[in-house]
Amino acid sequence: MRNHSIVGKSVPRKEGRDKVTGTSQYIDDMVLPDMLFGATVRSQIPRGRIRRITFSPQINWDEFVIVAAKDIPGKNWISLISDDQPCLANEVVNHPEEPVLLLAHPDRHLLPQAVAAISIEYEPLPPIFTIEESERRSEIIWGEDNVFKTYLIEKGEVDGIWEDADYIVEGEYATGAQEQLYIENNGMIAAFDAAHGITVWGSLQCPYYIHKALMALCDLSAEKIRVVQMETGGAFGGKEEYPSMIAAHAALLAMKSGKPVKIIYDRMEDMAATTKRHPSRTHHRTAVSKQGKILGGEIEFTIDGGAYATLSSVVLSRGAIHAGGPYFWPSVRIRAKAVATNAPPHGAFRGFGAPQSLFAMERHMDRIAQQLGLSPVEIRRRNFLQPGQATTTEQVVREQINLEKLLDRALEVSDYRFKKERFAKENQGGTIRKGMGIAAFLHGAGFTGSGERYLSSVVGVEGWADGSVRVLVSSTEFGQGTKTVLSQIAAEALALPYENVSMAQPDTLEVPNSGPTVASRTVMVVGKLVQSAALGIKQTLISSNLLHEAYDAEEFRAACQEYIATHGRLRSWSRYEAPTDIFWDDQKYRGEAYAAFAWAVYIAEVTVDLTTYSVSVDDFVALQEVGKVLHPLLARGQIIGGVAQGIGFSLYEKVVWQNGRMQNGQMTNYIMPAATDLPPIRVFFEELGNVYGAYGAKGIGELPMDGPAPAIVNALADALGIHFDFIPLLPEDIMDALEKEGLAASSQESSDSLAGGIR
Amino acid sequence: MTDSRAGRTKAQISFTLNGETKTVHAHPMERLLDVLRERLQLTGAKEGCGEGECGSCSVLIDGMLVNSCLVPVLQAEGSNIITIEGIAAGDTLHILQQAFLECGGAQCGICTPGMILAAVHLLNRNPEPTLEEIREGLSGNLCRCTGYTQIIEAVAEAARRRAIA
Repeated sequence: MRNHSIVGKSVPRKEGRDKVTGTSQYIDDMVLPDMLFGATVRSQIPRGRIRRITFSPQINWDEFVIVAAKDIPGKNWISLISDDQPCLANEVVNHPEEPVLLLAHPDRHLLPQAVAAISIEYEPLPPIFTIEESERRSEIIWGEDNVFKTYLIEKGEVDGIWEDADYIVEGEYATGAQEQLYIENNGMIAAFDAAHGITVWGSLQCPYYIHKALMALCDLSAEKIRVVQMETGGAFGGKEEYPSMIAAHAALLAMKSGKPVKIIYDRMEDMAATTKRHPSRTHHRTAVSKQGKILGGEIEFTIDGGAYATLSSVVLSRGAIHAGGPYFWPSVRIRAKAVATNAPPHGAFRGFGAPQSLFAMERHMDRIAQQLGLSPVEIRRRNFLQPGQATTTEQVVREQINLEKLLDRALEVSDYRFKKERFAKENQGGTIRKGMGIAAFLHGAGFTGSGERYLSSVVGVEGWADGSVRVLVSSTEFGQGTKTVLSQIAAEALALPYENVSMAQPDTLEVPNSGPTVASRTVMVVGKLVQSAALGIKQTLISSNLLHEAYDAEEFRAACQEYIATHGRLRSWSRYEAPTDIFWDDQKYRGEAYAAFAWAVYIAEVTVDLTTYSVSVDDFVALQEVGKVLHPLLARGQIIGGVAQGIGFSLYEKVVWQNGRMQNGQMTNYIMPAATDLPPIRVFFEELGNVYGAYGAKGIGELPMDGPAPAIVNALADALGIHFDFIPLLPEDIMDALEKEGLAASSQESSDSLAGGIR
Repeated sequence: MTDSRAGRTKAQISFTLNGETKTVHAHPMERLLDVLRERLQLTGAKEGCGEGECGSCSVLIDGMLVNSCLVPVLQAEGSNIITIEGIAAGDTLHILQQAFLECGGAQCGICTPGMILAAVHLLNRNPEPTLEEIREGLSGNLCRCTGYTQIIEAVAEAARRRAIA
């Protein structure tokens, strides 16, 4: 393997200087002449028919631009996978906060009172709010059976295993909704003129999703829609699909008014109306031998998709494929189902179904261990997937993974054995309980199954006369380091200094469709295409006799200059081609689900205070194998950030629902971790090297979201001896559980004596 | 343009902003954040929550770290305001900005201006903070990307460099 000079090094973040000086341009920093501000009138009930809309005479409505469903030139839906979500509700509403009308005015301060001055009368219909209510089908709110999608994954003969099993272990696990809580709220600006069509600028992940949605909505051809990504202040999946809705709204107002329109959500609107992580329920029934080997099992994975299909089918797919964890199942049957409820649609959030099903798997492994009298370490060790074995979808593990080695190293760096023993002794008295918890898991990089083949992504690299190159992708930067790492890859491929590579702003007029920036696919899949397009530039120059195989930056510049003088432009394109040895059966849900998996073992150390029931995570070890680490600083930043969100998912972030509406849509009452709430998060990489991705890299972005919740809850179970089966686990939940177990009373006595009998 | 506060009295309000005297004609209750962003075109301060929880609108007023979304502009009369735009010395980055760049303290960048001002405020009061003091000093500023570790490392690194400078 040749030495790399740029990949593997922590080069400066491309847009870093603008970020630390505050000069980066986010959507709300942009102002266009004559611009109006837009607002959305939303449903206040979960389900019903719209009877009448009344505009209060207190407002001079002539000053406002008003858009309703009837003003939509094309199809009234937000095109995504299935076209079922209206852009503006027409006759019925199916969830609270569903958009009904749009308003625009030059003074943004007048909009809230105008929105409040519109009253919508409904004929209410009975709503349903939970997975169980949806399954009962007392009301059918979507399709014929409230079911968006089901999958069945079957391996081996599950029905034959139960009789011979030494143990049958059952458990049911649940996870709650989680808000992405990017610090920059959603926002868009749209402008329209008949000659150029619609341009939208915004905070977004997927320019071509919006492009597609606007074509159908506005009935315009592809060249009449232009989508430009502004600097984006966090996304985490939360700006994958809903920005199409906001872009659509801004575009409709711009078309009707003939003026640019800016829509910026405030925090409450963003939290109440946009997507969150799907709540889930997972049932495990597992047959295990007395040697601690999994013989087989049944897994039922169900997610609450909210009122419209949106991305639920793909979230479900990823969750189902990850439901078996990093273990070898001789036989398994996984039934997965996404159901409808009258809540705003749930959507993409880092991990995309896998954090939900892996929480269940990893809690269940501890439960199996407990029933067999084995340690959490041992039950995992005995069931880890080995190279050559097949996953639940019968994907043979071809990489030379060694999960036991990962586990051993994680145990060592976390000082697991020593601490576990010590805590077991120290937990006998007093009001402090400590515990250690393990989670082992995997995360597939790139789109599932044939997804990448359908996407057929294209990447461009352009050489300039000054010897610099520019990478043309629709892949977006929103903190993870897209611009930096893709530039590194291009620079490495062309043996140019990193400074000589720049990234085009994602603008559908300029860049090809390199696919959405989701699914941990950017470095591995898009990066590989950047590498190949960059090499195309070199080949073009060599075959034009302008460059030798070995060259320096100055020779490259001269060659570019001469080529461009003759041919006008120097560009190279690369399109995704599926590896020929990858097989996936969409019907049977069998085969190579992902081009590569990242593997990880995380270990959490927690303390529970029995006086306050508060939990602190005292140490967190995140050890993973992600192939070649292309940028150590950014990679570490991704892992720490993901773990922090995972800690929030486990212990802090609870969406309180009432009639399908989020009741705590503010940062004061939806609590994400602050600097004082988090431990030092210790990150370790093992590099195995994956031949598939750019310079051996695999996906990394979502992986760290999968492990923290089960590791932390396993540690809590270790500390308290209680089998917790849901998250988030807030202090009041821990108090309830302790009271049920009768532990609270005894600890109360000791806390009273400690507190000098204050109570 | 219609002014929603028409009929209500506007006031002349003067303050020092990043070393320059500024006078604005604004309603006294207008948020300092809006005055900075909309009237003075300084968009480095960001609105994340509008209720003083996230700290992304942080600025320094007379050396104190405040959420500019909670400050009526009248309160800024006669004060000395520093925003992120006033932190670097021309093209030379502040030691904290440089450390944020090198240590991975900025990911999406939206909390970064406020976070850097919180760090400036911290190091002004406590030039050699412990890691725990850094955590405490930054706890009013939320970051969803980094998990804070690399921000804390950046602040510690800046403090170290300043101590030896």
